[in-house]
Amino acid sequence: MLEFLQQMINGLSLGAIYALIALGYTMVYGIIKLINFAHGDIMMVGAYVGFFSITLLGTDIVVAMLAAMIFCAILGVIMEKVAYRPLRNSTRIAALITAIGLSLFLEYITVVILGPTQKVFPASAFPVKAYNIAGLSILNKQVFVFVSAVLLMVILQYIIKRTKTGKAMRAVSLDREAAVLMGISVDRTISITFAIGSALAAAAGVMIGVYYQTINPLMGIIPGLKAFVAAVLGGIGLVPGAMVGGFVMGLLETLVMGYGNSLYRDAVAFGVLIIILLIRPTGLFGKNTGEKV
Amino acid sequence: MISRRNKKLAFLLAMMLVLSIFAGCGGQAGEEEPGGETATIPVGINVELSGAVASYGSNARDGAVLAIEEINAAGGVLGKQLEGLQRDCKSIADEAMSVSAALVGENIVAQIGPLTSGNVAGSTPIMMENKIPLIAPAATAANVTVDEKTGETRGYIFRVCFIDPFQGTLMAQFAAENLEAKTAAIYGDTSSDYAKGLAAYFKETFTEMGGTIVAEEGFVKGDRDFNATLTKIKGSNPDFIYVPGYYEEVAPLIKQARELGITAPIGGGDGWDSPDMISVAGAEALNNTFFTNHYSSQDTDPKVVDFVEAFKAKYNKEPDSFAALGYDCVQLLVQAITEANSTDPQKITDALANIKDFQGVTGKMTIDEQHNPVKAGVIIEFKDGSQTVNTRIQP
Repeated sequence: MLEFLQQMINGLSLGAIYALIALGYTMVYGIIKLINFAHGDIMMVGAYVGFFSITLLGTDIVVAMLAAMIFCAILGVIMEKVAYRPLRNSTRIAALITAIGLSLFLEYITVVILGPTQKVFPASAFPVKAYNIAGLSILNKQVFVFVSAVLLMVILQYIIKRTKTGKAMRAVSLDREAAVLMGISVDRTISITFAIGSALAAAAGVMIGVYYQTINPLMGIIPGLKAFVAAVLGGIGLVPGAMVGGFVMGLLETLVMGYGNSLYRDAVAFGVLIIILLIRPTGLFGKNTGEKV
Repeated sequence: MISRRNKKLAFLLAMMLVLSIFAGCGGQAGEEEPGGETATIPVGINVELSGAVASYGSNARDGAVLAIEEINAAGGVLGKQLEGLQRDCKSIADEAMSVSAALVGENIVAQIGPLTSGNVAGSTPIMMENKIPLIAPAATAANVTVDEKTGETRGYIFRVCFIDPFQGTLMAQFAAENLEAKTAAIYGDTSSDYAKGLAAYFKETFTEMGGTIVAEEGFVKGDRDFNATLTKIKGSNPDFIYVPGYYEEVAPLIKQARELGITAPIGGGDGWDSPDMISVAGAEALNNTFFTNHYSSQDTDPKVVDFVEAFKAKYNKEPDSFAALGYDCVQLLVQAITEANSTDPQKITDALANIKDFQGVTGKMTIDEQHNPVKAGVIIEFKDGSQTVNTRIQP
């Protein structure tokens, strides 16, 4: 029982990171039906901004996270303006290939500028403490990752449901032409979506830096891929789906490693994805709406 | 898959042919003099200067370059200067192969590197095909110098490091005898031949000595979260945990193990040897961890002391075992060239196969029938953030 609870704690902190990255994927997909494969790499850029903010400017972890979020929000907006906007009315495959190109561009430009070797997050940036509660080991960094992820998700949910910007985002997602006719600036709304999504990824990047202590230019690939799977699992385009999908992925991987064989982790995780998509092609939370005209 | 590989091979071979034609036209390294003799002795240094194990490759390169400079300053070999041709194989086996193909085109007499067993395996077909010796500094998998299917020694592949069986066996002996462990868990990198070899021989020796393996788990390259499996291992409460793998994964793994409250001693192989171990895992988490290695810069042997001083003077950093092994590769090659009294790759190969009692920085070695050196190894312990020699094992 104790071991099971410990595994739950492990799974939730891993899931929180997946969920944060998955949110960005799902928001962008929900609005412009683009799978932004560069999303994981934005997370990597965020991790580096956080790293330099701590090591060069000597800021604390919260300021580093904010700096990374602001930097990546701007990067996300520029990326959308330069790479995706000119392609908005071309085929979806063209935009997808651009996204893959952008992903490789971000990875290797970082390799060129900052070098390919890993960088180590200074331990002093976030002194780790272990709390022992009834035999369970809980680390302050696990609490930090979980709480800040949940907090960011609540803020996001508030923006989407309660603000005018959020209303505009939902409107554009539902029907872009109609939204234009209602006087909503589609360009602006899409820019804001990219800014928010990228900021969330940056936050996840800094968290990964704190949590695992090392960052490298290719660190975005695997978590990015898994978060994408999480987004699909929950129903791509749906914000609650991404959150649940992220946590399901994290817990699933942890349970397979903890109770099955550590080597089957990815096989089981992706196998479950296939089964869920066979039974519910639109994901756990997806509604079968049929094609919109 | 197989046909794709073959195509790639065929393409590379074709490329080599073209390259060798150009090489004949001169202008490359090792330019022909009127007498048909070359002015310098070109030595290929094909190592990982970028990618996952860049720190191994660049340190080995630094060691090799130091050796070349020392030899050239002392008048070279057979009256000629050595010329090191440095190339980056990017920590990718296929890349190691094409780098070797390019180096062969530059008339090298021998190649030093790559570092990991997998990358050496990538380079091997090219060296065998062209009958040019390859000296691997740190490739410890058994099948690097011996074809496992036929049991035949690969004629042109040599190394200056001991092999996996020895590292796994050594750590098992150390765990069972020195640490008095009765039970052990193995949690190794299952995506590398190197770590799998270590794990297999650890298991064999540890069970032979009466110990029990209570858990066998694995991770893959790039993993950063080990909490789930470590929690499971903690449940089986082993006396010792064997973690063969590379520092990029091992450092966060050890840190997470200690954070979960696992206090058992943890051991591994020479893939642990990187300054990043201490900066990632921290001095405290690394207490009570041990790894097998080829050499220690703390050694008081005069040959080691001289090497460490020269290395520090040139690079302003402490030489790790990869630097020492890279250095020994060049020294061994020089001894072979001297004994062969020729720069012909075939004669150098024959001399390499018969080296006896070569005194290197990493110990006295004799090359055996399988092209492995018979030499000593050390157990290194992390103590409050610094590496100390715990004990020495002579084969």
